Amino acid sequence: MWYKIEVVDKSGIFDALGQSVKRGILGLGIKNVKQVKFIQVYNLLGSVTLEEVKSICENLLSDKVAQVYRILGVANKASFGSNAHLVEVAYNPGVMDPVEASVLKGIQDLGISGVTAVKTAKKYIISGKLSAAQLKTISEKLLYNKLIQHVVDPQISQGFLGHLPEYNFKLIIVELLSATSRRLLEISKQGQLFLNLNEMRQIQSHFRKLKRNPTDCELETLAQTWSEHCYHKTFRGNIAYQERQAVPALGNLAIKNLLKTTIMKVTKELNKSWCVSVFKDNSGIIKFDAKNNICFKVETHNHPSALEPFGGANTGIGGVIRDAMGTGLGAQPILNSDVFCFAPPDLAFNKVPRGSLHPKRVMQGVVSGVGDYGNKMGIPTVNGAILFHEHFVSNPLVYCGTVGIIPKDKSFKQTDPGDLVVVIGGATGRDGIHGATFSSGELTHESETVSSGAVQIGNPIQEKKVLDTLLAARDLNLYSALTDCGAGGLSSAVGEMGAALGAKVYLDKVPLKYSGLTYMEIWISESQERMVLSVPVKNIDKLVKLFAHENVQATVIGEFTATKRLELYYEDNLVCDLAMRFLHDGLPRIVKKAVYIQSKHREPKILLKKDYSVDLLKLLSHYDICSKEWVIRQYDHEVQGGSIIKPLVGLTNDGPSDASVTKPLFDSDKGIVIANGINFRFGFIDPYWMAASCIDEVVRQIISVGGSLEEVAILDNFCWGNPDKPDRLGGLVRAAFGCYAAAKAYGLPFISGKDSFYNEFNLHGKSTSIPGTLLISAISVMPDVNQALSMYAKAVGNLIYLVGNTRDELGGSHYYDLYQALGNVVPRVYFKEALASFQALSRATKKGLIKAVHDCSDGGLAVAISEMIFSGDLGAEIFLREAPYLSDNPRNDSLLFSESNSRFVVEVEKNKQKEFEKALKGRPFGLVGYLTQSKDLKVYGLDGKICINVATSKLKETWRAPLKW
Amino acid sequence: MLKPKVCVLRTAGTNCDKETAAAFKLVGATPELWHINSLLEKKRCLDNFQILALPGGFSYGDDIASGKLFANELKFKLAKELQEFICQGKLIIGICNGFQILVKSGFLPGNSELKQNVSLITNDSGKFEDRWVYLKASGKSVWTKDISQIIYLPVAHGEGKFILEDKSLLNKLEQNGQIVFKYCTALGEPARYPDNPNGSTQGIAGITDVTGRILGLMPHPERHIFSRQHPRHENLKGKKFGQGLAIFKNGVEYSIRTS
Repeated sequence: MWYKIEVVDKSGIFDALGQSVKRGILGLGIKNVKQVKFIQVYNLLGSVTLEEVKSICENLLSDKVAQVYRILGVANKASFGSNAHLVEVAYNPGVMDPVEASVLKGIQDLGISGVTAVKTAKKYIISGKLSAAQLKTISEKLLYNKLIQHVVDPQISQGFLGHLPEYNFKLIIVELLSATSRRLLEISKQGQLFLNLNEMRQIQSHFRKLKRNPTDCELETLAQTWSEHCYHKTFRGNIAYQERQAVPALGNLAIKNLLKTTIMKVTKELNKSWCVSVFKDNSGIIKFDAKNNICFKVETHNHPSALEPFGGANTGIGGVIRDAMGTGLGAQPILNSDVFCFAPPDLAFNKVPRGSLHPKRVMQGVVSGVGDYGNKMGIPTVNGAILFHEHFVSNPLVYCGTVGIIPKDKSFKQTDPGDLVVVIGGATGRDGIHGATFSSGELTHESETVSSGAVQIGNPIQEKKVLDTLLAARDLNLYSALTDCGAGGLSSAVGEMGAALGAKVYLDKVPLKYSGLTYMEIWISESQERMVLSVPVKNIDKLVKLFAHENVQATVIGEFTATKRLELYYEDNLVCDLAMRFLHDGLPRIVKKAVYIQSKHREPKILLKKDYSVDLLKLLSHYDICSKEWVIRQYDHEVQGGSIIKPLVGLTNDGPSDASVTKPLFDSDKGIVIANGINFRFGFIDPYWMAASCIDEVVRQIISVGGSLEEVAILDNFCWGNPDKPDRLGGLVRAAFGCYAAAKAYGLPFISGKDSFYNEFNLHGKSTSIPGTLLISAISVMPDVNQALSMYAKAVGNLIYLVGNTRDELGGSHYYDLYQALGNVVPRVYFKEALASFQALSRATKKGLIKAVHDCSDGGLAVAISEMIFSGDLGAEIFLREAPYLSDNPRNDSLLFSESNSRFVVEVEKNKQKEFEKALKGRPFGLVGYLTQSKDLKVYGLDGKICINVATSKLKETWRAPLKW
Repeated sequence: MLKPKVCVLRTAGTNCDKETAAAFKLVGATPELWHINSLLEKKRCLDNFQILALPGGFSYGDDIASGKLFANELKFKLAKELQEFICQGKLIIGICNGFQILVKSGFLPGNSELKQNVSLITNDSGKFEDRWVYLKASGKSVWTKDISQIIYLPVAHGEGKFILEDKSLLNKLEQNGQIVFKYCTALGEPARYPDNPNGSTQGIAGITDVTGRILGLMPHPERHIFSRQHPRHENLKGKKFGQGLAIFKNGVEYSIRTS
């Protein structure tokens, strides 16, 4: 029997979800919508009586205080009047809907056993005069995403598909030995392997030596392992680099392994004793206290988020949380950090290329995807950033990071031969197939159809269950090693863990979500919430029982061997037999070409003005600078109770914090500072200085919250275009060298990193790259969180200092962006001068000489001071003549809006003036003003005349308005 | 003097269990984390505890409705033991998701048939929100004894709008002193959004049963047990404890007095 149940809010109850949809429709420019009513639909299948279904409805599916339900037969042609339109949205077959399992559990808890399957759907009744075309627009732009959902046709019963076909084993051999070059490329393309001709030839010659053809599974395993995503071919390969007209000049270089030449070199040279595990594990580990270490990893999930923003971001954050869980013998995740780049949310619809979603929808989806997963896992999202540029229209950037805490003695892992291969967590389905290789190619308008298998939705509660049980098993020493199933699924996880040993896996033992999967699909599926453990045989029963007790599946699927081979079986048939050595070291080394030519950009001609109030207001409402409160509030940033410096600070908790401070342990005052630096605009002019500026920015943020440079580790995260194109790769090389210079100068070791390439969008044969973007994430240990400082202005009469030299460096600034120009004079970093300022300021903080510090960054001095005073609800008088300013052509606007690095706005009490100035002696600083009772910002220019005069409330309103959705 | 034992009950998706336990420990209780499966296997173990705490989180993902599945588990598998626990004069606290569970299982505001007659539904804003709120205590509960000034706690939920079956119930709850926390402005005046973060009827943030021994509230007192958790803790130097701690202290002291 099939029952269709509809649950709807009672009349008189405010339909918040319906209202949200209505707002969305109005936002599309469709004005004649009167009302939207939301209905939750459950389809139940099984042998149950109507009485039982009623009981299910009353006790489980509806809330009798707020809702009513009705049970419909299969036919469902209820009429809602001529001006009411019905849209019912359901998930496509094979897409995981966690609610279905929950409903089944709830029904069993009621003591009803006959229900065999549940399908949910969402129904919207939209009232108002709408054309068919408008209805289609509403559906497609707001209500569903065809990659994972469909609109249910009320005429056809689509609630349940019949049984999925069973799978009958058939070994597939790929004819490779005789293949011509052309055929090799065809095989790569048809199989979505994203392997180039060189690589295909290498595989061909390997199998020629073996005198046999590979199975499809062998070929796939190689493609997964050799993918850019898993192997980082660009960073680890050889590069022939040439450059022209760049400062500083790197010259022409033959680079062997860019990673080891720049990023990893810093770590090696600095040789910090507190670096515990770097570039080895799923995340980098540093020392926290005598008993614990902390780990940090930042991942990207750009391509999936482009196609299905909620699911892409959801599984992005889910994946990086598993990176923490898979570090050492398992870390406890304690905070998340998320950084996004989108196209402007008010982009005209006709500027959105075919096959792409509108940036506002992308942003809303990504934010709720991240919120959903982080909140449900109970991990506070304490830090982040969002930036905007039109070139992210089809390829947004979604960076997700997780910090974990791990006991010192659980920080390393070792698999031994004979240990069992155990998969824990979710079952395996057809979802996420080809994610790893998919992210190693450019997006095209066909990506949505070709690669839709790579899109999936997460199940955070499944992962939470895995986390709870995993840590219990860890503390009982039940397993010897683990890793998460991320890109490449089991193929990567088992391949990696068994790389030095060998492994045998019986693919038919892997628990499946539904039947019909081929052995190869099982092997490469990227179904979420799974991890692989190596378990000594003697512990297996205890381990399986421990997981089962909290409803987590743990299944033995094979064993680690000493054969140095990867052997896969399906029902006793050998389907893959590869030498680990070829798998991990067989990739042909090629030389990629890289060229960097310093480009010339338009220098805007900006006339001098008397008053810059309007410019300041424009900057405050720039999407990069304006308040992100709408986003931040949707994340739980208080869970776990450790949030000390929160993402929103100030008198009414709505000012922009610089970095976050978190206290992870209840019985210790030690804290963790998290900061991030990102600025693709500087990269348009010179990626070298972009990288150095990003590193300078994280240091500024750490100093601003009261931290120091003593124990700061950083992570690199490059999102770039196609590295096979010499100009793209040229910029990357320069950025990597910028990283080296700044990290070395400041003494910050890199401990982990990530790269995401092919962030290009191919439309009608023309490829557009995203702006080459580097995210630097920083983690630092703060000895005592009671030292932590927030950025908002504290008290009337306190003095305002500007620390650090301002230079006429307006290239890539937001001020120039108001004039649609880039300019050429990008901010540089004067490492020696900066380091001395950082140290002096950090000492002054420790002595308690400072009330507040704010990092001077996007929008420059004027924006920084505005943010401080409106967050503290005070006013300020500022005198530009007092600012340390190095210029051949002094101008008010340069001083107000230049984004020169290494600067801070500092608030000091009058009675600490002498001591503070003594502490800063020899450093560039100026007493530029003071905080006033009168709530407005008055800035006096270089000529002593007033050049900005705006009420504090106006500054704040302007800053809060753009994303107040 | 015996330390009261607190059962902090968790299941898939519970995520405020550790900080709730920490809060109870700080005020001298002995908390233990129990998974629901363990308790269902050994139901009589509940007898060993003086306080039951249902912490925040997203039990079973809040699928169908927040707290619903966990509420049903308690109602259909553990009702007898829980009713005995209550009859013995013991205490229950439900925070955020725990409050939703107590409401949806009919333990709050409470009647003998465990019939649900109030609810916590989707915020008027239609989304999850994390923000600090001011609360005014009123009514009669052992948990809120001597809390006279306004207290400041964070909320973090998507379904916290308190509604009642009918108006007469509201009057009844008022008369019985069962409404124990209301959202207010910083000055203690009736709150509108965002001071009332979800659109709750009369700004109701927390209620108790008729005995005053079962407390449910949306805000998170366990996230403000130290003053440095306060968003503007820099101005509070010298103060050690936060404004949520009194609730736990009250519960534990009551347990000590009555045991």
